[in-house]
Amino acid sequence: MAKEHMSRGSNAVVKSTANRIIDMIVVLVCLIAIAVCLLPMMNVLAVSLSSKAAITRNLVYFWPVDLDLEAYKSVFNDSGMRHTLWLSVVVTVTSTLFCMLMTTLCAYPLSQRRFPGRALFNTLIILTMYFNAGMIPDYLNIKRLGLLNNFWVMVLPAGISVFNMIILKSFFRNIPESLQESAEMEGASHWTILSRIYLPLSTPALATIALFYAVGRWNGFQDVRLYVTDPKLYTIQFRLYQIIMRQASTDANMEGVQLLVDSDSIRAASVMFATIPILAVYPWLQRYFVSGVTIGAVKG
Amino acid sequence: MLMEDAARNAAQKKRGSATLKLMRTNYSLYIMLLLPLAYFITFRYIPMTNIVVAFKDYSIFKTVWESPWAQTGGSLDLFKYFKQAFKSAEFLRVLGNTITLNFLDLAFGFFFPVILALLLNEITFRKFKRFTQTVLYMPHFLSWIIIYGMAAQIFAPQSGVINIMLRNIGLGPIHFLDDKLLWIFTYVFLGIWQSAGYNTIVYLAAITGINPELYEAAEVDGAGRLRKIVHITLPGIRQTIVVMLILNMGRILQISFDRPYALGNTLVRSVADVISTYVYRVGIVAQQFSLTTAVGLFQSVVCLIFLIGANIITEKLGEKGIW
Repeated sequence: MAKEHMSRGSNAVVKSTANRIIDMIVVLVCLIAIAVCLLPMMNVLAVSLSSKAAITRNLVYFWPVDLDLEAYKSVFNDSGMRHTLWLSVVVTVTSTLFCMLMTTLCAYPLSQRRFPGRALFNTLIILTMYFNAGMIPDYLNIKRLGLLNNFWVMVLPAGISVFNMIILKSFFRNIPESLQESAEMEGASHWTILSRIYLPLSTPALATIALFYAVGRWNGFQDVRLYVTDPKLYTIQFRLYQIIMRQASTDANMEGVQLLVDSDSIRAASVMFATIPILAVYPWLQRYFVSGVTIGAVKG
Repeated sequence: MLMEDAARNAAQKKRGSATLKLMRTNYSLYIMLLLPLAYFITFRYIPMTNIVVAFKDYSIFKTVWESPWAQTGGSLDLFKYFKQAFKSAEFLRVLGNTITLNFLDLAFGFFFPVILALLLNEITFRKFKRFTQTVLYMPHFLSWIIIYGMAAQIFAPQSGVINIMLRNIGLGPIHFLDDKLLWIFTYVFLGIWQSAGYNTIVYLAAITGINPELYEAAEVDGAGRLRKIVHITLPGIRQTIVVMLILNMGRILQISFDRPYALGNTLVRSVADVISTYVYRVGIVAQQFSLTTAVGLFQSVVCLIFLIGANIITEKLGEKGIW
């Protein structure tokens, strides 16, 4: 008896040391992963905030040397860049509102159990997830609609992401039917049920997909590259791409862009201009998207 | 018999009129769907009609329908542009590059999220877990242009922080973005950097689905943490891993535009040019619409077949499938 007791005790000691070692390894590997994620961003931030002299002397690592806001000032003083930033904000807000409206209008009917034709509509919509026309047929369509070099080309074609629609639809389907039934008893229309019951109860899902739409639009590059050649309609991503590629000189007719050529700190500051809005909305929406994504993945 | 038929007819009529009644009481649902349906027709289904361009000698001076069917030497040759693509060394190289890059993404990138998810699950300090997740998910929300900007900065041969550090220990400079072989490495690395954290979500969800009694039982049997990982957590998410692997293999010909386009440059074009960038360059820039529509259609059809195949395989494996 005593012997058995003793061996159990030593087992526990062995186990707790083993546990501590595992804990340490886990924390260590996580810290490395965190560093790999953050250090590139910190380097770019540091370069954007450092003086040109410090950068040319290769003194900047992950912390600003000779704090200097000159790069931000020259990016922001460039009227083309200011216009681009403003346009990107307008495009992102317009597109997100439009997408939310369209996605809600699509998800609500498809979430209804007593809706003849639902299966057909559902299939027609889901099919577009698995087969798309392709880059050139889409381009020819946009061209025929007269949307090339048009503000709305950055809003309308992205109207509904089927993936986001499914997230919202599954969320709607989890709302207890009894709530809707009692509202129907009192003669509430679908519009009332949607706006008074479904939308207020779905804020997590709405926040999640609004984040997806907004970030997707802010980050969008391909459609601008394909459909826009007018510098007045360039978004931040497109302008940033040009700055990085040192192609800004080809747009020298846009006032002052020439100044943007050939400077690490200005390139870094431009990257930060494109990144900061995302970092700003990210933390307080982060708590929503994990649940949102999981619903979409499980119930797709 | 007759009676039965009549009864069946009546039942059918009743069901029919019930459907009609449902349609009438729920007419506002159809009104709601009008705009979304108009959207899907205008931007998803009508473009599909333009696929005929792949079988026509399309010219920008005529409409899609006015353009004549594809011909060679005066005789009808509907698959002319498909043949042309597969005879072109450039397209074959692009096809090879697409498969190579996707394969390397899968070979090197697939298991990172699995390992990260197992690690995250082992963090005992909740706040640290939350913080780690917040940081690791973030790169997913950065555009490829931003990532390219960061990469161009930190990998710069002279002023980039990596090469500064290498120089301090007497190495380099290493041309991460201009050397063909290193470019492939950088492309794969940046892909992992961007998505490994975010892709843990699906595995973490699978881990929360594991019955906690299994862990309790294992504890009673005296299993340590490593044994629990190997014998409970891993088998618990095995099916998710298999499904994700098959789905990713089904996407071997699918490639985004932003990532290869942003990261690529003329020095590395021979390894970086993939289907999406080729279609853009040859189609939209050089206006060879029929050829590139054919290439795009080939890609879409192969992707669809692979996806259906992937779904059949996952269903055979006893999974729920993806739709």
